[in-house]
Amino acid sequence: MSLQAPTATRGPDEVLLGFTHALRAAGVGVTHDRGASFLAAVALVGLGDVVAVRAAGRATLCAGPDDLDRFDQVFAAFFDPRGELPRSRPAPAGAPAPALLPESDAGAGGAADEDEEVVRAMASDVEVLRHRDVAALSPGEKARLADMFASLHVRAPVRRTSRHERWRRGDVDAARTVRASLRRMGEPAEIAWRRRSLRPRRVVLLVDVSGSMSGYADALLRLAHRLTHALPASRVETFTLGTRLTHLTRPLRLREADRALVAAGETVPDWSGGTRLGESLGAFLDRWGRRGAARGAVVVVFSDGWERGDPALLAEQVARLQRVAHRVVWVNPHRGKAGYEPVQQGVLAVLPHVDDFVAGHSLATYAELCEVIARA
Amino acid sequence: MELPDVPDAPTVAARLRETGYLCDDDLATVVFLALRMERPLLLEGEPGTGKTALAEALAATLDLPLVRLQCYEGIDATQALYDWDFPRQVLHLRALEAAGGDVDAEGAEKSLYDERFLLARPVLAALQQAPAVLLVDEVDRADDEFEAFLLEVLSTYQVSIPELGTVRAATPPVVVLTSNRTRELHDALKRRCLYHWIDHPGLEREVEVVRTRAPEVSEALARQVVTVVQQLRTGTAAGTLQKPPGVAETLDWARALHHLGATEIDLESAARTVGALVKYREDADRVRQALDRMLTP
Repeated sequence: MSLQAPTATRGPDEVLLGFTHALRAAGVGVTHDRGASFLAAVALVGLGDVVAVRAAGRATLCAGPDDLDRFDQVFAAFFDPRGELPRSRPAPAGAPAPALLPESDAGAGGAADEDEEVVRAMASDVEVLRHRDVAALSPGEKARLADMFASLHVRAPVRRTSRHERWRRGDVDAARTVRASLRRMGEPAEIAWRRRSLRPRRVVLLVDVSGSMSGYADALLRLAHRLTHALPASRVETFTLGTRLTHLTRPLRLREADRALVAAGETVPDWSGGTRLGESLGAFLDRWGRRGAARGAVVVVFSDGWERGDPALLAEQVARLQRVAHRVVWVNPHRGKAGYEPVQQGVLAVLPHVDDFVAGHSLATYAELCEVIARA
Repeated sequence: MELPDVPDAPTVAARLRETGYLCDDDLATVVFLALRMERPLLLEGEPGTGKTALAEALAATLDLPLVRLQCYEGIDATQALYDWDFPRQVLHLRALEAAGGDVDAEGAEKSLYDERFLLARPVLAALQQAPAVLLVDEVDRADDEFEAFLLEVLSTYQVSIPELGTVRAATPPVVVLTSNRTRELHDALKRRCLYHWIDHPGLEREVEVVRTRAPEVSEALARQVVTVVQQLRTGTAAGTLQKPPGVAETLDWARALHHLGATEIDLESAARTVGALVKYREDADRVRQALDRMLTP
């Protein structure tokens, strides 16, 4: 069997390039050089062999298992005369609503003492907002709070490596000292010092997006976005837990917070669904955690512990998580509220296996959380 | 020296088969393309599906040396490229001193940066021995700075050493990168490479793998072992296993059973050898339960 081009009049290169366009429309990131490699590869294997052309396309145009699935669909549709091209990716559902300007710019005019009055009032207002429960905020207050996430002070947790680096004090670096003196033909040179170098630890954020957490989802994703951009590149991985596990690191890499949140919203299929924490934690550990994403990392789980599934399974998975990770921080939005007692079965099951159990319902508690992460 | 010529994909498959590596048409095509287009090959897939083994088989087929670079967190360019052998340099200076005569300082220093004091680490070694097969194993474990460095080497196939000059490979090495997807690799690196996802083999192919790699195991036992393993990967037990067994574990298990003199799997021999198949206590229990269901009629 040989390839059936949709229209017979076009040259083979044109058809193949048309295919790369269809692939791009289906959401695979095909760049020009990838397209060129594809043409070169097809030239090597020949157009006549469909299986080989398909293999060449998969090797040159795809970059991951998701791409491979899309590739197969588009390939089948494009080179099958009866088939229909898969429709392009659905457009994002409406533009995001523009965020309201923070009202902190208000003190622009007016007399001097009046000004001071306004500023003081605003300052205390900001202070109040910092401590308010984010689930109870009005949309306007939420928009103002959104800008305040940028003020969170974020530092990366670090670990010592087995390698040394030059430092102005610490231990004597014998090798470097001797080398320096050799460079002067054995004359004593300056003494070099060294210390164990530091590397940032990975931070893994697992965000529960089930129904009972829906009031906090927006704020938690903003926090995740802030961490993703404030810490060294590719040191932060974010996942959502609910009825299933979703990898959210890529959408959160978008620089602008509002756009990142919209992209994240499109990625997660199970907003406000049920909670199967144990199972989705297990899925995380199997697919990502044990292989390295959580190994030696600071893992932060945002959840209220309302578990529909078996608490025993949840306990087992958190225990696994603790064995793999450097530190497990459990953030419960209800922890900081007056009269809270950890009585839910999920929370009880989890508590023996976490290193830190902290509150997470307001900006102030998020600031504390950042401190906990940095010191981990 | 030139790379051995391979005319087409089926030849690649046939040659790999001779070394005991069985690959499907897709993989054979990708390997063929990587050889002809002189592009690195990026292999991803579940652990134990034969990513590293492919590099070994390729080296054997092409009759080239295999140079392996194992990546880890914190690896840097000096561990991948080259280093100077400092103790030997000092020893050399001492020897010059002891030999007496007038030691010319400049000449002495120059003699320190001689190729004999150069410790070639894997990447440089692969370029020097070219053609060779360079295996960059588990590249996802290295940091992204290291990825950027790899990208540079893989696009030019040359390394410059300030004291000696530039080392360029006469023939670009055949490069195989493997990744377990613990994190996303950079797009720039992926674009340089040909990509392939290795899946677990089907029943017949895996039986064939066991028969070729462990010919001492009887056909019946091999088939039984593979059936059980495939069941564990895809059946009802699959979701509950922490680490479903890969092909390497299948082979280990078949060999273990063979060494115990088993000709077929029964509950007792399985219980004694289950450690070759799964590496978690919880998994071992689940495998025993699954076997119990499978073996009791």
